[in-house]
Amino acid sequence: MNNKLTSNLIRFILLVLIQVLILNRINLGGYMNPYLYVLYILLLPFETPKWLLLVSSFAIGLCIDSFSNSYGIHAAASTFMAFSRPAILRMITSKKEYEPGIRPGIKDLGFSWFLTYSILMIIAHHFILFFLEAFRFSEFFITLWRIILNSTLTLSIILLSQYLIYNIKQKD
Amino acid sequence: MRYFFNFLLRNYFIIVFLILESFAVYLTVNNHTFHRSIALSVSGEITGRMENSVNNVTEYLRLKEANTRLAEENSRLRSQIPELIIKKFKQVYSKNDTVFKQQYQFIPAKVISNSVTRRNNYIMLDKGLVDGIRQDMAVIAPDGIVGIVTKVSTNFAWVNSVLHKQTKISAKIKKNGFVGTITWDGEHYQHGTLNDIPANVLIKKGDTVVTSGYSHIYPSGVMIGRIRDFTVDKGYNFYDITLDFSQDYNKLAYVYVVVNLFKEEQLQLEQFKVDE
Repeated sequence: MNNKLTSNLIRFILLVLIQVLILNRINLGGYMNPYLYVLYILLLPFETPKWLLLVSSFAIGLCIDSFSNSYGIHAAASTFMAFSRPAILRMITSKKEYEPGIRPGIKDLGFSWFLTYSILMIIAHHFILFFLEAFRFSEFFITLWRIILNSTLTLSIILLSQYLIYNIKQKD
Repeated sequence: MRYFFNFLLRNYFIIVFLILESFAVYLTVNNHTFHRSIALSVSGEITGRMENSVNNVTEYLRLKEANTRLAEENSRLRSQIPELIIKKFKQVYSKNDTVFKQQYQFIPAKVISNSVTRRNNYIMLDKGLVDGIRQDMAVIAPDGIVGIVTKVSTNFAWVNSVLHKQTKISAKIKKNGFVGTITWDGEHYQHGTLNDIPANVLIKKGDTVVTSGYSHIYPSGVMIGRIRDFTVDKGYNFYDITLDFSQDYNKLAYVYVVVNLFKEEQLQLEQFKVDE
C-alpha cells in the first residue's frame, strides 16, 4: 500500500512537470495541446478510496491551472473526470474482475479495454475543460471541433506512453 | 439526525464531488478576485520561479542568437565612436565600419501632416525620393515606431501610421522573446492590440514590447509600448493584450526613416524560397 502511494505520488509530480514544462509549450496548429496529465487519473488503482480519487484529481487539476494562468478549469475538468470514473468502469466490463492488484492499463486488461476506458474518460475531461474555457454557446461548434482534435491528440500520446513504459517490462 | 448522517455517508462521493466542482467553477468565474489572494500570490511566485529556471536552461539554446545580438550591440556602440561617423550625404547618417557590415541607415525627417482620430491615419514627411526615401521603409521616432512609407513623391512621403487598419507589425515581448502581431483596433490612439502570444507565457502589466525584426522593414528591438492589460481569449490559447504605445502619436515632430541596406538581398532570398 505504501509502495503504491509513493509510486502514485511520483507519477503525480512527474506528470505535472511534464505537462507544465514541456507539453504546455507545444501549440500545434494554434490550439492543439495534449493534456497528458489526465493519465494520472486514468492509472489510479481500482482500490483507491473514492474521496481520495476526487481530491487528488482536483489537486492535479489545480496544479496545472496555477501554471497555465487558467484558474479552475483544469481542476473542474479533472474532478468531473474522476467523478465519472466509477460509472465508466461499471459500464465497460472486462473479462477480468477489477480486483485489487490489477492495474488499469494495457498490460493487465488489454488494449481494447484500455482504449474504450481512456476515450470515455478523456472526452469527459476535455468536454468540461473546453466548454468551461469558452463559456458561451455561440462558439459551440468550434469548441466541439477543438474537443475532438485535442482528445485525439491526448489519446494518442497516452497510448504511446503506455507502450513506451510497459512493453519494455513485458519483454523480460 | 441519524438518517441524515446515513444519507451523507451513502452519498458522500457525490457530495464531495459537488463541493470540489463548485469550488473549481467558482475559481473560474471569479479568477480575477482570486488572483489577488495570498494563496495564489505564493503559487504565482513558485510558478514564476520555475518558469524562470526553465528559461535559464533554454537560454543556452539561444546562446547563438544572444551572441548575434551582442555583436549587433557592439557594432552599434562602435559606430558611436566619433571618428567613425561620417556624413555620407547631406543628411544621411551612416556608420563607416570595417568589421561589421552596417544594416540600417537613418534619414531624419520632419512630420508635416498627421492625424490620430480617423480609422486609418496617415503621416506626411518632408523628405522624398531625392532624399533617398523609398516605398516600404520603416519610420521610427525617438520614443517608438511610427509606421511604414507607402507613397513617395520627389520631395515628400506618405506614411501609413501605426494607427491604420492595414498596419500589422511583428512584435515581441522584450523579456522572453515571444513574438506576436501589433494591430490597432481603431478606438483610442494610444492603445494598441498585441495578438498571437500563447496564454502559457507569463506576462505582467508594464512589460516592454519591441519590434521583432522578423520583417525586412523594422530593425529589431525598436520600442513599441508597454502592456496595459491582458485577458486570455476565451476558447483560444492566446492572450488578448492591449498596450500603451510609448510614442504619443499626437505629438510627432521629427522622425527617422529607416533604410535597410540588406533589403534587396533579403527580398531576393525570399523570392528564392517562393520559387521552390
